[in-house]
Amino acid sequence: MEKVKNIVIAGLGGQGVLTASDMLAEAAFRAGFDVKKSELHGMSQRGGSVSSDVRYGEQVLSPMVPAGEADVLLVLEATQIEINRPMLRTGGVLIDPGLLPEGALKNKKSLNVALLGAVSTVLDIPQEHWMAAIYANLAEKLHKVNDQAFALGREAALQGSIAQHH
Amino acid sequence: MTAERQLLSGDDAVALAALHAGVRLGTGYPGTPSTEILETFERLGGHAQWSPNEKVALEVALGVAFAGARTLVTMKHVGLNVAADPLFTATYTDVEGGLVIVSADDPGMASSQNEQDNRHYSRAAAIPTLEPVDSQQAYDFTLLAFEISERWKIPVLLRITTRVCHSKTIVIPRGPVSGVAEPAFERKIPTRVMIPAYAKPAHHRLRTKLAEIAAWNEAEGPLRMDAGDSKLGIVATGISAVHAREAAPDASHLTIGMTYPLPIERIRAFAAGVRRLVVVEEGDPVLTDELRAAGIQAEGKPEMYRFGELDVARVRRILAGDTSPEPVPPKGKPPELCQGCAHREVFQALGELGCIVAGDIGCYTLGVLPPFSAMDTCVCMGASIGVGLGLRHVLPEDQARRVVSVIGDSTFVHSGLTGIAEMVYNPPATGHLVMILDNGTTAMTGLQEHPGTGRLLDHSTTNKLSFEGIARAMGVQNVQVVEITDKSLSLKDLIAELLAKPETSLLITRQPCVLAAPKIRFYDKAAAESARVHTCSAAVAD
Repeated sequence: MEKVKNIVIAGLGGQGVLTASDMLAEAAFRAGFDVKKSELHGMSQRGGSVSSDVRYGEQVLSPMVPAGEADVLLVLEATQIEINRPMLRTGGVLIDPGLLPEGALKNKKSLNVALLGAVSTVLDIPQEHWMAAIYANLAEKLHKVNDQAFALGREAALQGSIAQHH
Repeated sequence: MTAERQLLSGDDAVALAALHAGVRLGTGYPGTPSTEILETFERLGGHAQWSPNEKVALEVALGVAFAGARTLVTMKHVGLNVAADPLFTATYTDVEGGLVIVSADDPGMASSQNEQDNRHYSRAAAIPTLEPVDSQQAYDFTLLAFEISERWKIPVLLRITTRVCHSKTIVIPRGPVSGVAEPAFERKIPTRVMIPAYAKPAHHRLRTKLAEIAAWNEAEGPLRMDAGDSKLGIVATGISAVHAREAAPDASHLTIGMTYPLPIERIRAFAAGVRRLVVVEEGDPVLTDELRAAGIQAEGKPEMYRFGELDVARVRRILAGDTSPEPVPPKGKPPELCQGCAHREVFQALGELGCIVAGDIGCYTLGVLPPFSAMDTCVCMGASIGVGLGLRHVLPEDQARRVVSVIGDSTFVHSGLTGIAEMVYNPPATGHLVMILDNGTTAMTGLQEHPGTGRLLDHSTTNKLSFEGIARAMGVQNVQVVEITDKSLSLKDLIAELLAKPETSLLITRQPCVLAAPKIRFYDKAAAESARVHTCSAAVAD
């Protein structure tokens, strides 16, 4: 059986961690995969650490990514990198805001979508499903700015070298 | 259309199934991780109501069921403690319409004060219980629960956990059920009036129903068998089952859907086919004990795995008998009271006055954390008032005078009224001060309405409880209402003044939750607009 892809998204409450994981899960869902997405919320609106797991593949069992088995760790806030690093597998990819050229992101609120653009370069989900999933989770007036954000993150990832975890 | 796959949370799947099952009324009280069920049900077009608390929610639902209509009641695990009184006798009665109670347990305490395992209620209250592993089963088992409930005229418990509630997985819905009965009253005194003369035979009937349901579960209950290596067999329920299948892909697995009453002979047959049988379950060893009591040689988990959630890594350790210390996950940033939150002012003042604070359940419980560290007790919904009074009754006078009970608006409606009755009835010699921190919403669970907001679950306008009116009518000696934003106010001085009086006092501090304020303005505007339209059309009609 094809190996399940594991992605962990982390950050602080209010940064759009859960929206980003909804978008990623929906993109994988639209691409026809089995998908499970897990999160703990409740306290998340109060500024604390938040993380969410997305797993997709032919068949996913547990909805939680086991520690040390994440293929991709997406962190929206630099202070949250180290506490989540143990989730990454050897050879897994870390994506964080440092990837984006300074000042390039026009709207800070689309940081989550910009970094999903970077994530899209390392996952096997066709681009049209990404855009459909992003639009499905945002009001229409936000589509354009997030289009740009996604393209920015994707471009930055393709230009630069994404660090692999050893 | 109905066969289309959807990506749904467990909560949303329960809501969709309730809609498809023809539920006439959904009731409940908000509580993580159950809150979204009724909200989604309402959004999908169902009729749902928040009740003041879970006890009332279950009683309303019981009325709906006696009327012959289908009903769903939702709550978090500790909510079932509040609803336990009706629960234990509801199972004696015959329900006409299906009555399904959702208990959303929180192993690991993502957002709860304890990690009680409500499977104990299945046995204690004698209520058939289904435990889904994912959203598809949450959907399927909700529909099944209604069928069982109506076939045996018995309430059914759907026990879900945080990871099932809040994980999204794929669901293929079956679509609306046809042939759901219309409500109509039929007098059936012996099966609904639980005086001893009727309750004695009712208890016998209940045990007969359970025996029949057990036989049904043995014959055709929801059970999944994954045949594998005969060296290791794993019996699991709920989310633990998928962790186990991932942790031990080669083993034989038996996943039990209805965990009370158990299909014990099917488990015995499974056990006979494997050399080693391990039970993988979160929380207390409920299943393990029951299997052993039935004479099945089942291996449980080491005691250390009673605590917290299970995951794939922990199941691997259980199977390996590994009791070495587990790696401690790095500590994240704890949540805090929002910037601009009125609770900050209150805890600042209480801290400066050196108050002994009997706290309660809600956002304001975060007042216990630095920089405030201004809370001394927190046990359950409404406990602030009783605990504060108890402290007042026995502490030396200089300490007793500093005791304050702090409770939120939604929590006050849920379980604070009887505390006020106690204060009026048994006033401590030093008096007492209760503060209602009224932020106009049930904030912690995600901004739900309650009887004190004057708005219904769908945020439309309804009658509004007056806390100050209630307190005055009940005989509280000093009742004051202040706006936190009032610049002329020294909250600290006012609290000090009330603490100095040997009288009973209620101080209500008002300021909308900063997260809710824009929404409240929106609802108010919509209500004003709708009132204007009504006035105009009334004028036209005149």
